[in-house]
Order: sequence, then C-alpha cells, then structure tokens
Amino acid sequence: MTVTPVALDSRPDGVPAHSAAADFLATDLSGPRALATTATDVDVDRALRSGRRSLADLGALLSPAAAGRLEEMAELAHAASVRRFGRVVRLFAPLYLSNQCVSTCTYCGFSAGNMIARRTLSPAEVAAEARTLTGRGFRHLLLVAGEHARIVSKDYLVDCVSALAADVPSISLETQVWDTATYTRLVDAGCEGLVVYQEVYDRDTYAAVHLKGKKRNYDWRLAAPDRAAEAGMRSLSLGALLGLDPDWRSDVIALAAHASALLRRWWRCEVAVSLPRMRPAAGDFEPVRPVTDREYVQILCALRLALPDVGITLSTRESPAFRDAAFKLGVTQMSAGSQTEPGGYAEPGAAEPQFEVSDTRSPSEVAAALRAAGYDPVWKDTIGARVTDAIPMSQRRP
Amino acid sequence: MQDALVIAGREFSSRLFLGTGKFPSNAALKAAIESSGTEMVTVALRRIDVTADEDILDAVDPDRVLLLTNTSGADDAEEAVRLARLARSGGYPTWIKLEITPEPRYLLPDGVETLKAAEILCAEGFTVLPYVNADPVLCKRLEEVGCATVMPLGSWIGSNQGLRTKAALEIIIEQSFVPVVVDAGIGAPSQAAEAMEMGAGAVLVNTAIGTAGDPAAMADAFRMAVVAGRQAVLAGLPGVGRAAEASSPLTGFLS
Repeated sequence: MTVTPVALDSRPDGVPAHSAAADFLATDLSGPRALATTATDVDVDRALRSGRRSLADLGALLSPAAAGRLEEMAELAHAASVRRFGRVVRLFAPLYLSNQCVSTCTYCGFSAGNMIARRTLSPAEVAAEARTLTGRGFRHLLLVAGEHARIVSKDYLVDCVSALAADVPSISLETQVWDTATYTRLVDAGCEGLVVYQEVYDRDTYAAVHLKGKKRNYDWRLAAPDRAAEAGMRSLSLGALLGLDPDWRSDVIALAAHASALLRRWWRCEVAVSLPRMRPAAGDFEPVRPVTDREYVQILCALRLALPDVGITLSTRESPAFRDAAFKLGVTQMSAGSQTEPGGYAEPGAAEPQFEVSDTRSPSEVAAALRAAGYDPVWKDTIGARVTDAIPMSQRRP
Repeated sequence: MQDALVIAGREFSSRLFLGTGKFPSNAALKAAIESSGTEMVTVALRRIDVTADEDILDAVDPDRVLLLTNTSGADDAEEAVRLARLARSGGYPTWIKLEITPEPRYLLPDGVETLKAAEILCAEGFTVLPYVNADPVLCKRLEEVGCATVMPLGSWIGSNQGLRTKAALEIIIEQSFVPVVVDAGIGAPSQAAEAMEMGAGAVLVNTAIGTAGDPAAMADAFRMAVVAGRQAVLAGLPGVGRAAEASSPLTGFLS
C-alpha cells in the first residue's frame, strides 16, 4: 500500500487513500445500524445461523430482538471462542509512564484541566516498574501515557521501549498517536503492538468530548493504526469507550467495521478490540448512557460471532464477578493487578490514577480464577524481537 | 520395531504427533500426551518460559517424547531462522517444526518463505519438518533441500474441517520419498484414520484434542483411530468400486 507520508506537525484533516481508515469511512453503516434497532426474530435467526457473518448480521445481533436470545448467543460465542482460541486467556499489565497531558478530554482523569499530582517516570524507573511486573509473572506489558509531546516525547518513548526490550518479550504502546516514522523507530526498538482507541466513532460526539489538544483531530487518530501497521507493528488494538455515545449499538458497529477494514487492508496484523465501560475518574464525568451488564454481554457475544478472528480485551474496569463469568464469551486477553498511575506498582498512590479499577485482585488471584474455570492463563506467547538468547533448557526448574 | 515410522533415522512407534496449544491446563496437556501414546510433541518456542512458576514444558517429559520446538509466530524466513537458532543455542533438540504464517487469521503457511528458511536450516544441520500448504510441487522442493518430512495441511489450522485438500494430499503421498505428516484441520478421529488410510506417514493433531471436553479421552480416541488407519493400510485396503467389474457387461459376449 502507498500511504502519503504526513508530517506530524501538519496533521491535516482527512485520511490517506488506500488505508483502512479510508475503507472504514467509505463503508455504509446505515443498513447495519438500522437493523440494530429494527431487526426481527427472522433477522436474528439468520444472523445466528450464518457461517460468515456480515456487519448486517452484527446489527441484528446487537438489536433488542436479539437481547431476548442472550443464552443462545452466549453458547455460540463460547463455542466459537474455544474452537478458535482454546481455553486460554492471555494476561497483560498496563505500565503507566506518565499522567502528563495537554489534551482536554471530558471523560479522562489525566485531562489537562484536572488539578492532580502529575508524574513522569524516567526510563530507569520504567525498568524498575517492569521488573516488579515480570516478578509477578507478566511477560506482556502495555506502556500507557497521557498526551504531552514534549515530556512524553518520541525520544522518551523509544528510550522506554529500548530499556525493556531485552527483558520483556511483548511490549505494546498506548500513548498519543504518532506519524509512521516514529512508529518505525518504536518497532525497531522492540515494540510490537499499538493500542489506540478512537474512544467514540460519531464525529459530533467526538468533538464534544475532546475539547482541546491534538486529540481533537479525528482523522489523524483514525488512521493511526494504518501508520503503525505500515511501520511494521504486528498487533493493532482498537477500542470504543462505552458511555460516551448515547447510541452504543451504533458505536459498536463502527468499531467492528474499523476492525474489519484493518484485517482486510493489513493482512499480516493481529487485530483486537476493547470496549471499556466508563469508570469513575478525576473530573467526575458521568457517562451519557451507561451500558448495563446484560447489554455488555450482548455486545461481547455479538462481536465474537461477527468477528471470530479478532481478539477481545477485558480490563480491570470490570468487577471480579463480571470478569469471571463474561470472559468465557470470547475474551482473549485480560489485564490483571492493574495500577493506573505512573509508578503505581512500586509505590501505589504517589500520583493520580487515570481511572479507578474495579477488579483489584492480584495477578495470581486472577490466574487462579481462570484455572478454576478450566482455562489456562498464558503469560508469554512471544519471543521478543530484541531477544538474542533463549533461556537454556538446562535452567529448567527440577 | 515393527512398522516403525522412521524420520531422519529415528524410529517412532506412534504415528500420532501432538500439538500443545489451546489446552485448558498443563495437567490436561500432560494427561493427553500420556493417553495419546505420542512420541513427538510440538511446542511453540515463544510459549516456553522456563523461569516462570509454571511452564508448558512442565507437561512434556523429554525422556519419553521428542520435543519438537516450532517457529510459530514467525512471519518470514529470517524470523523463523532466528527462532530455530535460539532454540539450538538454548540446548533444545535441533528438530524444528518450521511454521511461517504471516497471516494471523487462518495461519496459512507462506511457501516462499518456508522454502527459503528450510534451505538455510537444513544446511545448518537442523532436522526440518515444514508445515506447508498441500502443494505437491512445494513438497518436492522441500524434500530436495533436505527436509525430513513434509507436513501439508488437511484444512485450515484449527478449523476441524478434515481433509479438504484430499486430492492434493494424494499426489503428495504418491510422490514423496520422505514421510508425509498431515498437519492441521483434522477435527475428528475418523479424519485421522482417513489420512492414515490414504498412506500418510503420521498425523499431527492439536485443536481437536486440546479443546475437547475431555482432552485425555479424545487423545485416546485419536490414538486408536491412527492405529486403525495404519493397520488397514498394512492389511491391504480393498479398492473402492471394483465389485461390479467381474460381470464384464460390455465384453461378456466374447466368451
């Protein structure tokens, strides 16, 4: 594919031709969205029986008509998930680098206007946090930071990734979005995954919640996974923050369409989705339309059935009871023991968290719960691009 | 050993190879290895973590089964060769299941990159067992560069769709001088038996066992099916559809 290189500082509106972002914007979602409200039992039947489900089928599965058939959907979603992924859930931990942020996003605890304790870890402090996490079993870390191009700069992020790459097999990144050249540097340093949530796909709602800062540019953010994929990032994770759009069905359909477009355009990449529900955070933002547990289960099932190859992440925003029950419906990856403030693993409470976690169990408790449910918690399934020595077989524990 | 399968000079009495993904626990994997009777177990190098509290290798007894590390996760020849060398430098057996799957949805193997990597690894002394599409010409090319087996897929990995590539598998089995291991897509014991009846040297099964309600019992079912299919070949399978030939309806008038 040819993507027109875009200088970071220019950041024009619009997305490059031949990108998944362009494919997504060209997709007519009106049919699936209509079905999401008007689908009949017949539409739901067809969607449930279909071998390869379309976005229209997804619409039907998200509809009120399908809500009455949740158990049926759950059985199919569970079976599809076991066949495709096995009784296996990957575990990862977020590692917050910085809560510095110049953007004003109404829903986020790090938002520039919030008077909170701000902190940015040095690469050495990041390595110390990583050691704490690898000591708890983690081999996959997600580096998270607010948007501050001077303090959380490209060079800083490359330094952080480099500091970890020899010891942490799988490193993903969730920060402000960058240009292709920066993503290339991060990949070269050992980063293999990009997490970038569009937050909300409806443009008007997007503009209403992103008041100030670079994040206001919808298109630049939408095409970030394309730039990362072009740079060689192996894994792309998308997300929508449930509670921002009053019409959650519409948002979920858009998320699925974006994921589908990425799968098609970037056939070498793994694609995953995440649908965090709004949690209390500094700034006291109230969700416009909270998604209920029943609705959330319907979303998980519908996505698993419509996108059988796409990973689904379930975070510690959800309660232990909910996570223990819902993960079987198609979840492939879970965070555990998360601290959402920088430095929180070594020294909890020293800075403001991004949001309050709901599942406060330790990683080993979450792993034990998975085992008790007959699932294998997988900590490591990547060698690491910068690893030069395999751990000798002779070092196996007796 | 009677009717042993010989790969690169090593004899195997079991013709069922086992993959180790998707199992609900190490204990379940260990039990399945036991009841399958397998002597070759493939483990993704990327999953191995001998420093962790619990590691997938805890389920594999290297004195009883050959540990076949695989290059799962590699998306090109360079990465696969790196992984194989890492395995060797770590002291793992130099038998490598070569998997190069650049496309994560169907995990289809990249024949171009696989041939490149096989050439390098065979020259470096590895015993190479490549996972490939059911492509007869590619299988001959891999044999020519020194691969110890070829491992064509029956259908897409994890799909449980059985031998959808049957017509191509027949050609590969007919032409091959190295054992043909049908790998991927075998979703039921009957399909494993079918592959053996076609003359496959062995089958590799993972998803159908790892995701079964009772993996150990399913492993036992596959063990029996593979034995049955092989025994049928040795016993001399009667040809299909020959019953009507004796009556010679077109030339009977000659007598």
